[in-house]
Amino acid sequence: MSIKVLYFASLRETLGYSHETLTLPGTIDTVAALRGHLAKRGGAWEALQEGRNVRAAINQEMVGPETVVRDRDEIAFFPPVTGG
Amino acid sequence: MSRVSVQEADFDMAAETAALSAGRGDVGAVATFLGLVRADKLSGEGSEVTAMTLEHYPGMTEKSLEAIIVEAESRWSLLGVRVIHRHGRLLPGERIVFVGVASAHRGDAFAACEFIMDYLKTRAPFWKKEDTPEGGRWVDARESDDSAASRWET
Repeated sequence: MSIKVLYFASLRETLGYSHETLTLPGTIDTVAALRGHLAKRGGAWEALQEGRNVRAAINQEMVGPETVVRDRDEIAFFPPVTGG
Repeated sequence: MSRVSVQEADFDMAAETAALSAGRGDVGAVATFLGLVRADKLSGEGSEVTAMTLEHYPGMTEKSLEAIIVEAESRWSLLGVRVIHRHGRLLPGERIVFVGVASAHRGDAFAACEFIMDYLKTRAPFWKKEDTPEGGRWVDARESDDSAASRWET
């Protein structure tokens, strides 16, 4: 499965990436599993570990950790929002 | 004209407010909110915020603001809504956000205007980074914003 991942704000700066395209093994099928998969890269990527204050959106809608990830999804990770 | 604008440019609050009731006789109330960049003192330091840069998630930002307006329309009887949010680099005193709501009676306009701002604060993907004499600093989300939004959940 191929997905696009976006990173915003402080998370984008910490990781040094704003976006990437990933091919995932079938076992990575939820937002929580994807976070764990990315956090295993180590170093700065541990910012995505479970328990860190990171929010997620799939196809531009906020989602929870158990939401299923599908082929060609656009998944975004970011810190809690601070607009207004 | 679209109800939602996410833009770098400034806006004309008087013109936006007037547009909410222009050419119609059914609007009895227009409530507006204007948000400005504040020159906050940094905690424990003498220096102040010199500028602010707002980042957002193009596409999702517009969708989330539209969804918040639709939610407001399902709760109150509204005759018009306008939301403008700026992004990019802004200086203290500059306008950041405008919310205008038109209705027949003031209760709906007041409540919907506050609701839209509370939801915007916790659901629209904007992030503020403050420029200070010591460098850039991302603004932390506030728990008070979460509690302000949650009071609308029934």
